[in-house]
Amino acid sequence: MGAGHGHKLHFHGHSALHRAPAHLKVLALLGFMVVVVATPRDAYLAFAAYAVLLAVVIGASRVPPAYLLKRTVVELPFVVFAVLLPFVATGPQTEVLGVSVSQHGLEAGVALLIKGTLGVLASLTLAATTEPQDLLLGLERLRVPQQLVQIMAFMVRYLDVVTGEMQRMKVARESRGFSARNPRHWPVLARSAGALFIRSYERGERVHLAMLSRGYTGRMPR
Amino acid sequence: MHVPDGFLDAPTSAVTGVVAVAAVGVALVKARTELDDKTAPMAGLVAAFIFAVQMLNFPVGAGTSGHLMGGALAAVLVGPWTGILCVSVVLLVQSLLFADGGITALGTNIVLMAVSTVVVGWLVFRLLQVLLPKRMSLVPVEAGIAAFVSVPVAALVFVLLYAVGGTADIPLDTLMTAMFGVHTLIGIGEGVITGLAVGAIVAVRPDLVRGARPLLARRELVIKKAEVAA
Repeated sequence: MGAGHGHKLHFHGHSALHRAPAHLKVLALLGFMVVVVATPRDAYLAFAAYAVLLAVVIGASRVPPAYLLKRTVVELPFVVFAVLLPFVATGPQTEVLGVSVSQHGLEAGVALLIKGTLGVLASLTLAATTEPQDLLLGLERLRVPQQLVQIMAFMVRYLDVVTGEMQRMKVARESRGFSARNPRHWPVLARSAGALFIRSYERGERVHLAMLSRGYTGRMPR
Repeated sequence: MHVPDGFLDAPTSAVTGVVAVAAVGVALVKARTELDDKTAPMAGLVAAFIFAVQMLNFPVGAGTSGHLMGGALAAVLVGPWTGILCVSVVLLVQSLLFADGGITALGTNIVLMAVSTVVVGWLVFRLLQVLLPKRMSLVPVEAGIAAFVSVPVAALVFVLLYAVGGTADIPLDTLMTAMFGVHTLIGIGEGVITGLAVGAIVAVRPDLVRGARPLLARRELVIKKAEVAA
C-alpha cells in the first residue's frame, strides 16, 4: 500500500537536528528502534519514556507535529492487523467492553501499535530533517558499499523524473477520456507501465553514455 | 505492505537482516555480470521505475485498487541479481526517505519482497521456459505465471518468519490460510498485470527483456520481398 509515496517528506529547517550529520541520525534511529523492538511488550513505562524522548527530539527539530502525524498513514494496513489480533489470537480470554477477546492477542496488538507508531514517527523525523543528498553521504560514511550508495543516488536523483513521466502519461490518458475503473482497463495501464520501463531503461543508457563521455570510470568524483 | 518495526521480535529481525545483507552482497557482485560497468546508472533507473510502478494503481472494482510489487517483473526484465538489487534499493529508500517499512524490519522486508519474489519469480520463469515451447509469444505468459506464484510464496515465507519470531500467538493454520488465500488473490492481479506489461515490452523492445534474450539469439534474419504494386 503505497499511501504517502511520491512526495518528498523533507521539511526545510535549520534546527540542530537538521544540521546533525546524517550518519549519526541513521545510527540513532537504528539504535532507538532496536531498543524499542527488544523491550518486553508489557513495559508500558518504558514505552512512555521512549515516547517522551521522541517528542523532545521532534520538538527540537521544529517540524510541526501535525506535519508528521498526517504522514503516519503509511502504517494503516498494520493498524488493521493490530486491531484484529485480539480476536484471532489464542490463549486465556478476557473481557473488554463486554466482548470476550484473547488476552495475549490484546497485549500483542497494543504493543504492535505502540512499537509501530514509535517506529513510523522516528523514521518520519529522520526523513523530515535529512536531505536525500546528506543521507547518501551519511550511508557512505557508514561503510555501505560504494556501488549500493551509487545505485541509491541514481534512484533518488531520477525518482522525480520517472514519476513525473508517469504522471504526464496519466494526464495524457485522462485528457483522451480514459479512466481506469475495473480490470478490463488493466491492459491500458500495463502498456503504460511497459512504456515507462522502456523510457527509464533508455534514459539509463543515455545517462551512462553521457557519464562516460565526461570521464566516468566507475566511481563518482567527490 | 511493508512490515513495520516491532512486528517480529528482535532476534528474528537480526537474522533476516544478516540474510538480507548476504543476499544484497552476492547480488552486488553478480549484477556486474548482467550489467557490467553500467550497473550504477542502469540499476538506479530501474529502481526508480519499480518505485514508480508501485505507485500505479490498478482498479479491482468497487472502489478498491491494488498495485504491483514488481519482484517477478524486475527479475524477468533485468535478470535476478539486478532485480534483487533494484528492489532492495527501493525498500531502503522507502524505509529511510519515506518512512515506509521499519528500519529494524528492513532485513525482513528485503527477504520477503526483494529476495523471495525475485528468486521464486525467476526460477518459475526459467522452469517454464525449459518446459514450454521456445516461442517469443509465450514469454509474457511465463512471466505472468511466475509473478502469480511469487506472491503467495512470499506470503508463506512471511508465515514461516512469523512462526519463528511473531509477537502474538495466532494459531498458525489460521494465519497460513488467511495469508495464503489473500495473497493468491493478490497474486492473480500481479500475474495478469506483469504478463501484460512484459507483453507490451516484448512487442516493442524484446532486446530489453532479459528473459527473452535466449529466444532473441535464436531468431534468424528473414528478408521478405515487399509486394509492391508495379
